[in-house]
Amino acid sequence: MTQAVVDRLKAQFEERVRETSDAFGDHELVVAVKDWVEVAQFMKDDGDLQMDHFIDLTAIDYPERESARFDVVLMLRSSVTGARIRMRTYVQDGEEPGTLSEIWSGANWAEREIWDMFGIKFDGHPDMRRILLYEEFVGHPLRKDYPIDKAQPLVPYREVDDTQKLPPFGIEEGQPFARIDWESRLAGGDNQVSPAIGVQQGQRRALSDSEAAQQIQARIAERMAKDE
Amino acid sequence: MEPADELPNDEASLEISADPMRLNMGPSHPAMHGTVRMVIDLDGENLINLDVQPGYLHRGFEKSCERGTWAQVFPYADRLNYVSPMLNNVGWSLTVEKLLGIEVPERCQYYRVILGELARVSDHFTSNGASAMELGAFTPFLWLLKVRDWVWDILERETGARMTHSFGRIGGMAAPPTETFKDDVLRLIPEVHKVVKETEIMLVRNRIFLDRMQGVGVLTKEQALSYGVTGPMARSTGLPYDVRKDHPYLVYDRFDFDVPVGEDGDNWDRFMVRLEEIRQSVRIIEQAIEQMPDDGPINVDDPRIMLPEKDDVYTTIEATIAHFKLVMEGLRTPKGEVYSFTEGANGELGFHIVSDGSGTPYRVRVRPPCWYNLAASREMLLGGMIADIIPTFGSVNMIGGECDR
Repeated sequence: MTQAVVDRLKAQFEERVRETSDAFGDHELVVAVKDWVEVAQFMKDDGDLQMDHFIDLTAIDYPERESARFDVVLMLRSSVTGARIRMRTYVQDGEEPGTLSEIWSGANWAEREIWDMFGIKFDGHPDMRRILLYEEFVGHPLRKDYPIDKAQPLVPYREVDDTQKLPPFGIEEGQPFARIDWESRLAGGDNQVSPAIGVQQGQRRALSDSEAAQQIQARIAERMAKDE
Repeated sequence: MEPADELPNDEASLEISADPMRLNMGPSHPAMHGTVRMVIDLDGENLINLDVQPGYLHRGFEKSCERGTWAQVFPYADRLNYVSPMLNNVGWSLTVEKLLGIEVPERCQYYRVILGELARVSDHFTSNGASAMELGAFTPFLWLLKVRDWVWDILERETGARMTHSFGRIGGMAAPPTETFKDDVLRLIPEVHKVVKETEIMLVRNRIFLDRMQGVGVLTKEQALSYGVTGPMARSTGLPYDVRKDHPYLVYDRFDFDVPVGEDGDNWDRFMVRLEEIRQSVRIIEQAIEQMPDDGPINVDDPRIMLPEKDDVYTTIEATIAHFKLVMEGLRTPKGEVYSFTEGANGELGFHIVSDGSGTPYRVRVRPPCWYNLAASREMLLGGMIADIIPTFGSVNMIGGECDR
C-alpha cells in the first residue's frame, strides 16, 4: 500500500524525487527544499493518495555534514487508504523551507518547535515564535553544538558562600554529563567523554568500518617499522 | 483602592468599559493539568481570542536521551505520560527492537499487552474522573480513582513501583510475571465493570453534567485530521483510527475488540469514548490472560542485548565483561533511522530514533499525542465561553510531561 505512494510520487515528479528508501520497513522519499511545499500539497490533494492525516514534523542536526546541515522530516498518513509515508528534505543553516501550516494546521506548532529547538525558520509561517522555551533564551538547544549542561536561568542562582555541600549538590556537578564532547569534535579533535573517567583522547569515537580498518593497518605498519 | 469619599455617589454615572479584557489563565491554575498558560481575550464571558502557551514543564527529554545509552531512556520515557508509564515503556522497547530487528518471545508480548492495557484502564479512569471533578462532581472522582489504585496495586506487585516503573527492557521485561499475576488481574476485572456501571449511573443521566459536556468543545473530523489529532479525541469525531487495529503490533491482531467512535466530537463524546474503551481494554485483557503461556522465556536469548544473570556476573569473567560493556557502552545498534508507533492512552505515541552505530542515540524524537491534541484545543475553545474551558481542557486530557517533554 505504502509502496504505491512512493511509486505515484515518482511517476508524478520524476527526478525531482531525489532518493527513496524502505529501510526498516519505513517508506521514505527525499525532495529538494524548493519542491517541499509543492510535493506536500500534491500528496494531500491527489485523489489516489489523500495523505490527509498529519502525523509529525521534526528535524535532525548533522553539524559534520558539509552539503546541508539539517534534515527536516515530515510524516503523513492517509485516513482513506491507511498508507503512511515519510518525506525528507536537506536544509542548510539559515535556509528557510516553505511552511506547511497552510496545508495541515498541525504543522503550525511543529514548525514553531523546530524553530525553537533547531533554529530553522519556515517561510510564510504566520506566527514564528518560540513555543517550548522563553523568548529570552539564547541559542537552539537541540543543535549538537549546544552544550547539554548549559543553564540559562531567567532568575539568577542564589550565591551562598560555603554551604558545606560537596558536589553533586552545587551547580558544578563534578562529572561530565554528556558522552560526546561536541565542541571539541566539531573543532577537529576526537575528545570523547566517558561517564566514568572524564574527558580523554579517542574514546568511543564512532568509526566506520573502513576507518577502523585503516587505523588498524596503520598501527600494524607502525609496529613493524619499530620492530625492524 | 480609592478612598470611599472619592467614589461617585451615583452608580448610573459609572462607565463600564466595552473593550475586550485580557486574562491570563495559568500556568498555575487548578484546572490546567500540569502547567499550561492560556492568554484569553474576553468580550463579556465570550472568548474572542486565545493563545495556548505550553512549555512550562519542558525538561529537555530529547536532548537528555542523546547523552546516555539506549537503555537509559526508560526512566525518561516513564516520565512522559506519567499517568500510564507502562505504555511509554512498551513503546520505547518496541522502537529499539525494530531497529535491532528482533522480536520478543510470545509470553513477553502477552505480558506487555496486559500491563499496557491495565495502564490504559487507569489512565482513562483518571481522565474521566478528573473531568467530572473539575465540574464540581468530587464523588465520582474518588469513585473512579479507586480503580486506579487497584490497578497500581497489581503493577506494584509486578514491577515494584506504583507510578514510574522503568520496567521495560530492550528485548524483554525486567522480570517475569509473578505467580499470582493472572489471578490478580482476573479478580480485578469484575470490579472494573462494576465501577464503569456506577460511573454511568452517577454521571450519564446527570442534567448538570450533560449540559456542561454536550455540544461543548466541538472538533470536526476534518480539523482532527488537519491538526494530527489521534487517540480517543480523534475517535470521538468519528475517525476510527486506532493503531492497535490499523497497524497491529505485539499480538493485538489475535484479539477480538471494537473501536468505539463518537459522532459530534464534543466533550460528551470524548468522555463516552474513554468509558467504552475501558470496557474494550478489559475485553483484551481477558483474552490475553487466556492465551498467555504460563511458562517460557520472557527475554530474548542474546547476550549482546540482554544483561547476564546476576549470579554469573559475580562468578564468571565473561558475564562480568558483558555486564560492564552493556552498562558502560550500551548495546550497539545498527546505523539507521526508525519510526515506531503504538497506541498510547492519548493517541499515537511515536518514537523516531536515529542511530549512528554507537551505543548512544544520535537523535530521539518523541511524537507526543498530547502535543497535537492540545494544538487543536484552540479551535475547540474559540467562540465558546470562559466556563467551557474547564470541561473542554479536561477532556483533551493534556499531560504536561508528555506535551512539553
